[in-house]
Amino acid sequence: MSSADLALGHSSRPEAVGRPLHYRGTLARQYVNELALVFRRKRNIAMLLILAVVPILIGTAVKLSSPRPGQGPPLIGQLTDNGLFLAFAALTICLPVFLPLAVAVVAGDSIAGEANIGTLRYLLTVPVSRTRMLIVKSLGALTYALACILLVTVVGMVFGVAIFGSHGVTLLSGDTVSFGNGLARAAGVAAYVFVDLLGLAAIALFFSTLTEVPVGAMAATVVVAIIFAVLDSVPQLGGFRSLLLTHHWLDYDELLRSTISARTLLHGMFVPACYAAIFGTLAWARTSNADVTA
Amino acid sequence: MTALAAVTDETADAATTYAIRTVGLTRRFGSHVAVNEVGLQVPRGAIYGFLGPNGSGKTTTIRLLLGLMTAHAGSIELLGVPMPSGAGQVLARVGTLIEGPAFHPYLTGTQNLRRLDAFDPTTDPRTSSRRIAHAIERVGLTSAAAKNYRRYSLGMKQRLGLAAALLRPRDVLVLDEPTNGLDPQGTREVRTLVRELAADGTTVLVSSHLLAEIEQVATHVGIMSAGRLLRQGELSDVLGAAASRVRIDTPDVAGASRLLAEIGCRVEETAPDHLVAAMDGRPPERINEHLVRGGIAVRGLRVERAGLEDFFVELTGEGFDVVR
Repeated sequence: MSSADLALGHSSRPEAVGRPLHYRGTLARQYVNELALVFRRKRNIAMLLILAVVPILIGTAVKLSSPRPGQGPPLIGQLTDNGLFLAFAALTICLPVFLPLAVAVVAGDSIAGEANIGTLRYLLTVPVSRTRMLIVKSLGALTYALACILLVTVVGMVFGVAIFGSHGVTLLSGDTVSFGNGLARAAGVAAYVFVDLLGLAAIALFFSTLTEVPVGAMAATVVVAIIFAVLDSVPQLGGFRSLLLTHHWLDYDELLRSTISARTLLHGMFVPACYAAIFGTLAWARTSNADVTA
Repeated sequence: MTALAAVTDETADAATTYAIRTVGLTRRFGSHVAVNEVGLQVPRGAIYGFLGPNGSGKTTTIRLLLGLMTAHAGSIELLGVPMPSGAGQVLARVGTLIEGPAFHPYLTGTQNLRRLDAFDPTTDPRTSSRRIAHAIERVGLTSAAAKNYRRYSLGMKQRLGLAAALLRPRDVLVLDEPTNGLDPQGTREVRTLVRELAADGTTVLVSSHLLAEIEQVATHVGIMSAGRLLRQGELSDVLGAAASRVRIDTPDVAGASRLLAEIGCRVEETAPDHLVAAMDGRPPERINEHLVRGGIAVRGLRVERAGLEDFFVELTGEGFDVVR
C-alpha cells in the first residue's frame, strides 16, 4: 500500500467478505451532522428567535399593565409574585400554536425536504439504511423541538426573575415553595411539554415520508393539530376526547400544585406517547418500502 | 491497490467476471413496463456505456441496481453481492451520480461533502477533511469549495456530484449523464477522469445520450430502447455487427463496381474518382485482393465503420432522441 493510499483513508486491513469495516461512533457523527443541518438553516433559527421573544413580550406587557396579585388568568396573575411563572405562562401561550408549528416545520421537512432536493437518493446510496436515516432525522427534529421548549423556558425564567424577582414560588394551590423547588418544577413542565410534542413530531415525520413536498407535510401536520383542538372543544364527544392528542397537553399545571397527581401526569403523557409509537411505526413501514424516485 | 486486490480475491469465484450483473430484471409502473427482462453484464474493469433515448429505462435500471427501487422480477448482483439485500455491505464501494447532482443549497460544497462522509460508517472520520479536499481538487472545484451550493453554476454542481462519488476509493462508479451541463473543457476533463479511474481498476457504468462521448471512452456498451436491452458487448463487437462500408479510391469506378457486384457487394455511392460499397461482413483485404487481381488500380481503400448513432438508428428504426 502506498502512502497515497494511507492518505486517502484506506484501511490497512483487507475488507472482509460480508459487512465491511465500520468505524465506531457513526450514529454520533450522523447525529451531529444532522444537528448542524437543522440549526444552520436560517428558517429554523428565525423560528427559535420568535419563540425567544414570546416570554419577553408577555413579561413586558404584564409589567406595564401590572395587574394586582391574584387577578387575571391563573398563570399570568401569579407572575408579579414570582418571575419563574413567566416561563410557565410563555409555554402555555406557545403550546397551542407556536411550538406545534415549529415542530411541524422541522419534522415535516425531515424526509420530504431531502426527497424534494434529491439528497435522499445520495444518502441512501452512501449507504445509510432507511431505518438509520429515519432515526437520525427524527433525533434531529426532536432535538430542535427540545431546543424550542428549553429556549422558551430559560428565557422566561431569566427574564421573569430579572423583572419580577425570585421570591418563594407561590403555587396554584396557594402554597409557597423554595426557588430551587420551583426550578425543579419548571424542568418537569418542560419535560412534559416535550412529551406532548413527541406525538405531533411523529405525525409530521409520517407525513414527511408520504410526500416529496415538505410544505405539504408541514401543512398537513398543522391541520391535524387544529382538528384535534376543534374536536377537543366539542363537549358532546365526552370521554372520547381524552384520546385526543391535544386533550392533555396543558395538564402540566398539575406540576404547579403542592400535591402532584402522578396518575394525571402519566395519563397525560401516555396519550402522546401512543401517538408517537403508532405514527413512528407507520413512518418506518413507509420508509422501508417506498421507492425513491426523487 | 492492495485493498482492491484483496476484495477481488475474496469474491473471486462468484463474480470475478462481472462487477454488475442482472438477470431478467423487470420493473413495471402500472401497466407500463419500464424495465423489461434486462440482463446487464458489466465486466470488471470495463467502462460500460449505457445508452438509450430518454424514457428507455436507463435511470430506472440504475435505481434498481442501487436499491432505490424494488424490482418486480429478476435478480441483481453488485460486485458479487445480491442487491438490494446487500446494500449496506456493498454500496460503500460504489460511487454514484444519479440523475444529476443533488445537495443542500444553503451548505457550501465542502459542508455538503462532509455531510455525505459523516453518514458513511466505513470511512475514517480522521481522514475526512483530507479526502474531501482531495476529491474537490480532483474535479477542479477548489476555488469554489467554500461557496454556498446555491451559487454554483450547473457545471460546478456536476463537478461537486463527481467529487461526492470520489470521496473514498470505489470499485464501481455509476455515473448517470456525468457530462451534463459541462463545457467542452469540463467534458474532456471528465473523460480523462473516467479513463484514469478505469486504469486504476475501477469499473465505470456511464449512461449518456451523447453517443460520440461514449464512443470515445467506453470499452463496452449496452443499448436500451423501450425498457429492453437490445444489444450489449464490447464496443468493437457491437459496432462490428453494424453494417460497415468500404470506400475505394480508383480511376476505374465502373470496372470496380462490376467486380464488387461479382462478390455480392452492393455499391451505394459512386463518384468520378471513388465509390462506396456495403461490406456485408467481408474482410477489407479480401475485397482489395479481388479488385487488384481484376486489374483495378486501387489508390486507396478505407473502411467506414458505422458510428453508434447510425447503429442505434438501425437497431431501433428511430432517431436517438425520440422518446419511445
